[in-house]
Amino acid sequence: MLHTVNKSSFERNSLQSCLNTIDDTSVILLIEDGVISAANNANSSMLADLAAQGRVFALQGDVDARGISSKVADNIKLVDYAGFVDLVEEHGTTVSWV
Amino acid sequence: MKISIQINEGPYQHQASDTAYQFAKAAIAKGHEIFRVFFYHDGVDNASRFTIPPQDDRNVVSNWASLDIKNADGEPELVVCVAAALRRGMLDEGEAGKNGVDGNNIHPAFRISGLGQLIEAGIQSDRLVVFGD
Repeated sequence: MLHTVNKSSFERNSLQSCLNTIDDTSVILLIEDGVISAANNANSSMLADLAAQGRVFALQGDVDARGISSKVADNIKLVDYAGFVDLVEEHGTTVSWV
Repeated sequence: MKISIQINEGPYQHQASDTAYQFAKAAIAKGHEIFRVFFYHDGVDNASRFTIPPQDDRNVVSNWASLDIKNADGEPELVVCVAAALRRGMLDEGEAGKNGVDGNNIHPAFRISGLGQLIEAGIQSDRLVVFGD
């Protein structure tokens, strides 16, 4: 499964809800304000563990728009909208945490 | 791959419609088919043909219209939920006549229909992706 999270964890706990329910094969794509959680200093340890396994992605355009490009944790992979489409194609059901 | 999209938020207030549009555009560019875009809840406000944003701003409604998403019969597959639309004063010619209202505001690239269209999109498509806030 692909889980998209579009809220900063400073605003809502949707990322935490997602992390609490995600299974061992699913991946997370941070979009919109969700990319705030990709910044080093906002990284939860659970998210960091998933990122270390290569299972966390963030939407490049939203990262750039929020001025945090230089702060994104090293093992979080940046994708463009075409990459978003590929993730949807590769991971079956998409769950949108809003 | 057949992909459908559900949008639950209106233009400009939230990013959902913009993200969904960029996603749809990228999917089409990759050769996927957008089977249907279903506008639900405040998402119905994306279908107003009277939307006039400032000249230096993106036009969310005409962006959607420009994708020209239609079915084999040539009907638009930008589908607006009827109950959500009527509540918010979004009407096409048919609904305006039926309800005795003196105007209509749905952009011709969109059509009004029922919630069954969302269920059908979920069944017919390989993927359904939801954008909201």
